[in-house]
Amino acid sequence: MSAPSDRGATLEVERVSLAFGGLKVLRDVSFKAEAGSVTALIGPNGAGKTSMFNCISGFYKPSQGRVLLDGKDVSNVKAHGRAALGMARSFQNIALFRGMTVLDNIKLGRHTHLKTNILQGLFHIGPAAREEEALRAEIERKIIDFLEIDHIRNKPVAMLPYGLQKRVELARALAMQPRILLLDEPVAGMNREETEDMARFILDVKEEWGVTILMVEHDMGLVMDISDHVAVLNFGQKIAEGVPSVVQNDPEVAAAYLGSGDPAALMRRLQAEEAGA
Amino acid sequence: MIIGTAKESYRADEALLTTTPQRIWMAILMAGLVALPFFFNTYWIYLACLVMINVIAATGLNVLTGFTGLVSLGHAAFMAVGAYAVAWLEKNTGLPLPVNLLAGGLLAAAVGVLVGLPSLRIKGLYLAIATIAASFILHFIFIDWRSVTGGTAGLTLEPGRIFGFQLVEYRHLYWLIMPVTVLMVTGAANLFRNRIGRAFIAIRDRDISAEVLGIPILRYKLLSFGLASFYAGIAGGLWVLFFRVVTPESFPLVTSIFLLAAVIVGGMGTIIGGVIGALFMTMVPELLRYVVDFLSPVIPNASLILSPVRTIVFGALIVGFLVFEPQGLAEIIQRIRRFFRVWPFRT
Repeated sequence: MSAPSDRGATLEVERVSLAFGGLKVLRDVSFKAEAGSVTALIGPNGAGKTSMFNCISGFYKPSQGRVLLDGKDVSNVKAHGRAALGMARSFQNIALFRGMTVLDNIKLGRHTHLKTNILQGLFHIGPAAREEEALRAEIERKIIDFLEIDHIRNKPVAMLPYGLQKRVELARALAMQPRILLLDEPVAGMNREETEDMARFILDVKEEWGVTILMVEHDMGLVMDISDHVAVLNFGQKIAEGVPSVVQNDPEVAAAYLGSGDPAALMRRLQAEEAGA
Repeated sequence: MIIGTAKESYRADEALLTTTPQRIWMAILMAGLVALPFFFNTYWIYLACLVMINVIAATGLNVLTGFTGLVSLGHAAFMAVGAYAVAWLEKNTGLPLPVNLLAGGLLAAAVGVLVGLPSLRIKGLYLAIATIAASFILHFIFIDWRSVTGGTAGLTLEPGRIFGFQLVEYRHLYWLIMPVTVLMVTGAANLFRNRIGRAFIAIRDRDISAEVLGIPILRYKLLSFGLASFYAGIAGGLWVLFFRVVTPESFPLVTSIFLLAAVIVGGMGTIIGGVIGALFMTMVPELLRYVVDFLSPVIPNASLILSPVRTIVFGALIVGFLVFEPQGLAEIIQRIRRFFRVWPFRT
């Protein structure tokens, strides 16, 4: 494995706006995830976090703005092309292949790195068999051991408890040998113990793999504990950014989450936004 | 009772057959296939050939529908493309038979890719209708492109010739059809041990995730269509070598439905499902006829009364399997395996 510093990629989101018809989901959002760091994207429900993820991974095309990977504009690259550039993501609602075993799910992560063509595939001799064997050995060593899922490797994912499914999804993302990992609510619905496991795995991935991590998360304890950098969205706009301790004490962030208690102020702000937009 | 299968290498763990009983059964099956023509009469050899042609076609459809999740009701039309191509090449060129057969498969694959193009946009029932439409278009081509297809009269063939040996009897054709079937079913099974087959299943299970993992969905859907049609084309090619005649009515829409039923009854998304589905669908009507013959001394006019009943029983069997065994016949085999694995304990 190469040194951590050159494994992670820098992700820059530059003035991205996204609208579905008249609904402005994202407005002029910019932030940056530094190579090899953990960046958290937080905000109340409906703030546009998942939409931002979809823009970054290529499912939505922003109406304005650019997404840069290591300084290179990837705005016009399709989702599967961004995967090949080293972008991996997990989903808020687990998006594993339910009919397949854990092992096959993880192997699918490596799809773009494999070379077997259809003829080799049909006969499964020579290169195809060697490639599969090497892949299996590497996945066993680097991922299955690492994430402690050896006991379930041959189980169909549909039979696994929720927390383990999330872990398998992380495993599949890691199999892509990503340079940046997008995690959409990695600990949603987990109990304390599962959350702590996941936090440990995320930190381990950062330390050992040197991968840049960008996550959307509602668990503020986790966000404040493991992120290096936090960006806060509210109603599609970035309202704060910085190290966790600074963001935590930002009055506007507190207002976004808890409300300012002043309806008139909210109305004024919304009207100002409408006028500005 | 088998408590586990210890493997010492990843290669052994990912082999097609991982347990000794599996290997023994496979050896028995292969020996049976080799021995069959020496012990059975022409009628049974004829049936065996028919079953194997259907096995190839059903396995192809299983790759498309069972593994990639794309429903096709035009599979018979791809068989027809293969059949016409092989017939035309046999009549009009001096090329060796294996080359013609392969060409038939490849032409069917090309047509299949073309028909698969709408699958980027449409799924499920809509795609099924689109494939039916494609099969009607092909049907018109078979009727109207007289200079090539011979119109409604179709094409008639002399017995094929392979390595200087003439394939006149069913017994001879068996030695062509059987190895090709074994090769093609093995090929399909192999496919799901590496990245190509995994990508198919990924597209079936959750296409959005597949895209995030860098799988170009359209390309793989077309690959699946091409592969399924290649299997259909080879099956059609063997079919025309077997019956030595092909007309526009040789591969009606009912054949497409028959193949889809074979895949569903056998078990979608399992290789063995396509095989036993085709076996079941081809053999059960024949076996029911034996039952009728058997009853005829007991019940006068049995054949007259029971012939319609036979069709009804066949239909009822299919409905029964769908209700009681929605995973198909393959699931029954799995259950039997589980039973013997843990025997004498109960699952």
